[in-house]
Amino acid sequence: MRQIKCDTIIDAVRNISMEASYDLGKDVIAAIERAKKYEESPVAKAILDQVLENAEIAKIDMAPMCQDTGFAVLFVELGQDVQITGGDFYAALNEGVRRGYKDGYLRKSILGDPIERKNTGDNTPAIIHTDIVPGEKIKITIAPKGGGSENMSEVKMLKPADGIQGVKEFVIDRVRRSGGNPCPPIIVGVGIGGTFEMCAMLAKKALLREVGDRNPKKFYADLETELLEKVNKLGIGPQGLGGTTTALDVHVEVYPCHIASLPVAVNIQCHAARHKEVVL
Amino acid sequence: MEQKKIVKTPLTDDIVKSLKVGDEVLITGHIYTARDAAHKRMVDLLDKGEKLPFDPKGQIIYFAGPTPTKPGQVIGSAGPTTSTRMNAYSPRLIEVGLKGMIGKGEMGPEVVAKMKEKKAVYFAAVGGAAALISKSITGNELVAYEELGAEAIRKLTVKDFPVIVALDCHGGNLYKEGMEKFARK
Repeated sequence: MRQIKCDTIIDAVRNISMEASYDLGKDVIAAIERAKKYEESPVAKAILDQVLENAEIAKIDMAPMCQDTGFAVLFVELGQDVQITGGDFYAALNEGVRRGYKDGYLRKSILGDPIERKNTGDNTPAIIHTDIVPGEKIKITIAPKGGGSENMSEVKMLKPADGIQGVKEFVIDRVRRSGGNPCPPIIVGVGIGGTFEMCAMLAKKALLREVGDRNPKKFYADLETELLEKVNKLGIGPQGLGGTTTALDVHVEVYPCHIASLPVAVNIQCHAARHKEVVL
Repeated sequence: MEQKKIVKTPLTDDIVKSLKVGDEVLITGHIYTARDAAHKRMVDLLDKGEKLPFDPKGQIIYFAGPTPTKPGQVIGSAGPTTSTRMNAYSPRLIEVGLKGMIGKGEMGPEVVAKMKEKKAVYFAAVGGAAALISKSITGNELVAYEELGAEAIRKLTVKDFPVIVALDCHGGNLYKEGMEKFARK
């Protein structure tokens, strides 16, 4: 049994909260640079230039790349041979978020109640997803999620008869209806199968994959490539102002499902596709 | 790339009429931040026949809620938020003299109709380019609703603030035109 102190967890979460907001992943930057080469609209090219310049400024100045520093979504892989000492595990994760958002001058966007709508003032609570895994380590990934792109996401319970064609139509239609709202170029996370909540989770987890990575199953890898091409033919373009770069990638994750069901979820991610991880 | 247009605030009918969709514009002068919560309060004031916290005549509202200002900074990161959430409020403000709005994403037909009638313009700023945009903000003064935090109304002094005309007062709509132009079979 390996012991890990809550204080260690708090510091780690504090640090990745800030890093995620300042430092855009190399995979995303490379994808935007690549997209710029093929982009046909001059306005769109100018926008992609601004996005790249912004990423550089954010990193150098340690300034949030986007003012919407998001809901702190944490994915935790907790080794079953780890013993947490010195406090409550979930309280430690939230304390790390609290300190990161305070010390990093990040925006506090969380309301304590969805109807009353009063800000909690410290960006907590975080959304915490925990998996128990073999081993004696803890892996924590933070994926701060902005409201603009999250609002364009959707779950649909298709009929089995809708099949793969129904899935494709739903994904493309969801992107089309989103237009410029989710800050394209976007990354499209698609979850297929499982139950209502499981397919939403798959779509969310799909966003954690590096841009350019493909599903290990050939059928779904081909589906990702096909959906990416189709989405980019919509013409929405960067910020919705027209262009051939609507999405940087489409990631599909799947899970077994019930004989009566074909759940599909689309989780849209803006180009500020932030995620940072730490292993303790 | 065409030459960027320089626009100084306050905006007049003539300035607004000269702006066409697709124009890249640099704004210099003052703009006011407000998001949903501040808009709701302003429209409530108009309903009660009371004065707004600032005179909207000729002014531009920027749909934005910046990150907290670090010591020594003018403002934190300050990019645009999604404009559709202001559809219910913007026509009322245009009615009392507002001439421009800056945000991201399209605005609704009720806003577009009022923009045509009263000569107002909608600019798109690049969502997610907040650190870059903040470089063009040189002054930041609280106007009202401090208790709303990031959603307070602030008067920003801007120099060469980069935007694109996305909806103009002639009915031009870059979201529709751009998408049609670049859609592929």
